[in-house]
Amino acid sequence: MIRSLPRSRAYDRSFTLFMVLYFLFLFAPLLVTCVLAFNNSDFPSLPWHGFTLDWFFSEGPKRVGIFADGENLRAIRTSFQTAVCVSILCVIVGVCAAFLFEQENFWGKELLYFLMLAPLVIPGVILGISLLLGANSIGVFFEDEFGLDLEIFRPSFWLVVFGQFSFITTFVTLVISARLRKFDRSLEEAALNLGAGPFEVIVHVTLPYLRSSIIAAGAVSFLMSFENFNTTLFLVGARPTLPINLYLQVRDGSTPVINAISLLLIVGTFLLALVNFFYNHNKNQMV
Amino acid sequence: MKRSGMFWIFITPVLLWLVLLIFLPHLDLLLLSFRGDASWTLDNYRNFFTEPIYWLTFVRTALYSIITTLLTLILALPVALYVTKIAKPGLRGFLMVLLMLPFWVSELVRIYGWMILLRESGVLNYFLQSLGLTNQPVEMLYNDATMIMGLVYTSMLFMVIPLVSVMDSLDNSLIEAACDLGASKICIWRTIIIPHCKPGIVSGSIVVFMLVLGNYLTPNLMGGKNSLWFTEQIYNQFIASFNWNQGAAFGFLLLVLSSAIIWLGLKLTGQRLGELSS
Amino acid sequence: MEADLIVTCLNKEFGSFRAVEEVSFSVAKGEFFSILGPSGCGKTTLLRMIAGFEEPSSGDLLIGGRSMRGITPDKRPVNLVFQHLALFPMMNVAENIAFGLKRRRVAAAEIRRRTDEVLERVELPGFGDKRIHQLSGGQKQRVAIARCLVLDPSVLLLDEPLGALDLKLRQQMKVELKKLQAKVGTTFIYITHDQSEALVMSDRVAVMNRGRFEQIGSPQQLYNDPTTPFVAGFVGDSNLWTGVVVEKDGEAVKVLTDEGFVFHCRQRGGSGRSRVTLFLRPEAMIIEPIDRAGLNIFQVTVKSILFDGANSRLLTATAAGHELLVALPQNRAFDHIAPATEITLGWHPKTGIAFELLDQP
Repeated sequence: MIRSLPRSRAYDRSFTLFMVLYFLFLFAPLLVTCVLAFNNSDFPSLPWHGFTLDWFFSEGPKRVGIFADGENLRAIRTSFQTAVCVSILCVIVGVCAAFLFEQENFWGKELLYFLMLAPLVIPGVILGISLLLGANSIGVFFEDEFGLDLEIFRPSFWLVVFGQFSFITTFVTLVISARLRKFDRSLEEAALNLGAGPFEVIVHVTLPYLRSSIIAAGAVSFLMSFENFNTTLFLVGARPTLPINLYLQVRDGSTPVINAISLLLIVGTFLLALVNFFYNHNKNQMV
Repeated sequence: MKRSGMFWIFITPVLLWLVLLIFLPHLDLLLLSFRGDASWTLDNYRNFFTEPIYWLTFVRTALYSIITTLLTLILALPVALYVTKIAKPGLRGFLMVLLMLPFWVSELVRIYGWMILLRESGVLNYFLQSLGLTNQPVEMLYNDATMIMGLVYTSMLFMVIPLVSVMDSLDNSLIEAACDLGASKICIWRTIIIPHCKPGIVSGSIVVFMLVLGNYLTPNLMGGKNSLWFTEQIYNQFIASFNWNQGAAFGFLLLVLSSAIIWLGLKLTGQRLGELSS
Repeated sequence: MEADLIVTCLNKEFGSFRAVEEVSFSVAKGEFFSILGPSGCGKTTLLRMIAGFEEPSSGDLLIGGRSMRGITPDKRPVNLVFQHLALFPMMNVAENIAFGLKRRRVAAAEIRRRTDEVLERVELPGFGDKRIHQLSGGQKQRVAIARCLVLDPSVLLLDEPLGALDLKLRQQMKVELKKLQAKVGTTFIYITHDQSEALVMSDRVAVMNRGRFEQIGSPQQLYNDPTTPFVAGFVGDSNLWTGVVVEKDGEAVKVLTDEGFVFHCRQRGGSGRSRVTLFLRPEAMIIEPIDRAGLNIFQVTVKSILFDGANSRLLTATAAGHELLVALPQNRAFDHIAPATEITLGWHPKTGIAFELLDQP
């Protein structure tokens, strides 16, 4: 049954087989995507026509590789910009929220905490349409009252940033709160006792303690933002992010360029995830 | 301890975030769902109930979400057991990384992988034909079963992670004791493992249910013409028909459904919302 | 006497590490048998082999005359009380106790009758509806034992079940456990690293070290007649001298210690003029003996008084600075002793045991 109980060989074997199949299930689509990025064929399918790097480097006119594909490159750049803005905003507000909910007491804290958790249970699509509606209402209001036509209230880059920010901050807050909860408050009291002001205490004592969780939360929010689809779908303006752009291409028929982009995404996220994992792993061993 | 100076620095951005980006937009959603062309109306909700295509899609989405959640649970239980109780302890970290890696990759990329695997000209069909198992390519994409498999695939991790952490806290000696007292494997699952894992099962199920219910990509790309998902209805109202008030009503109904199911799940097991995240 | 459990030449290897080496013993029906050893000596592995959680590398194991090789834990007529008890927190007391009976498909009414009966036996009547977390440490203990006893096992195995309790409760549970065993008459095999638990409760004790049994005997035998230096050192406290045997007549020997004392004592085994370690219990030394005939007599200086009620001791030192612990009876006869006083000590040759000093690597 479990490691410490005697088991039959058949049980062990069939369980291992189950796990192998499970991992095959997990990795098969990714593997196939990666392999077909190198197939010398105009369609992302077998048979294998030989190895090519066309879908990365070719400059046309028949095949356009990803590094020459202006539209997709623009989408990648937009996604990068969005993700950087979102993670910076999320970390700043997330740290504030963590301090607020872990260390302060105030009237209405329970209600505010509940509101903070709400994005966990609101489907991303709903979040997207609510923000679209809300922004539109404010935009209409500004236009009617002041005759101002503000771009920020229409589907646009900044609306996407705020849309993603609105729910990713919840995850950041939870990650940083979990770390802050283990913080020994007497360290702060010691610093206050030694003559530091409340602001200095946070900068010199508490924030360094939170550093690893802030980095982890930043990495997670970068990834979540980079990959977000549901919320972004309703807020995106003239500059689509990469997932939106890919979606439009996949929906209307695909070329192996998509495989090439996917490969880059897979490799990129794997590296980021592994760095994050080993960084935390080493840290845990040191403590 | 109250830091008078810092308190306002902390609460200002948090209030701005929660009020401007969470509270007001959803209030607006609710208000707009009761708006007609010029006046307040219940038409948007009346349409939902009188037009079978709407409420049938709604019911279908809810049912399929429940089925998907159950399937995910059934698949995740043995996986979590293997990682926590059967694999060698040294292998565990590696297995966890392996379990989580695919989920860091964009959902779109994963769905795309399935599409080129399963479609008529896909990789699987190529192998089936070269092995002589079929003569005609089989269209494996665009049906309900494939769509559910895709949904299980996308939300798997959110079931596995809570189950792993809760099974990890199950003392091996409880299982040994049950075995010593004469319990069979099935009996150990039923009387020891499942009851112990209940909190993890509940939080995993809630998260998975919510993600499946609100999913758009998977039903859209893997489901067939007849597997309309409720989020697609919302999208259609907003983007295709440009009927925002109707879309707002649909959105609000979906929000009510997901909140109701989550509330029910938490109520039945006496958990709190905050525990979901941990 | 009828033997309930017979273990012959049992071995267990984990890779190149031999956790249990050539262990043989038998336990009689109704006996309270303890296995005592330091942590990591292999006693838990041995117990898990008896319970069926580990498969022996070689050797045999008979319970009630039937070989247990290849029989899974659920099919063996033994039950295990786990170190941390392993009571099922998702069930109440009655459900915990009924667990094994249900697996045997005993009728519901019969289950209730036997559950009540066993709760009565462990002196917890009416506790059936309590949740596990509502019980005290000692009550949990008894529920864990009841959960096994209700199945009428031929042998009950206990894996340091008192380890998690605090000292006071542990003292009390020792006595209760012994009484309980006498009442139910089930064979108990108890493993522990706490010598006092083993000595107080057991009919016989096996001392285990590095996978091997050093000695099996009654508590009195282990304490008074240890057969190996490990047992002499592990069971009870001892004062040590190193020295050389200068005269030998059967068991009786004369030892010249390194600091120049000549002591008469006993030796186990050994031959001729070998180097030995001499073990002497603190309570073997008599302070200011009146009748000194036949005693080993020497002088020490009191360094401090370690008052601990009935366990009080003197920390003394010989002229050469060798520190010795001496039991200090609290019968008011020695109230005059203060630090820095010089006192005479005497001990009977029967109470000191010398073991040949093995070449330490």
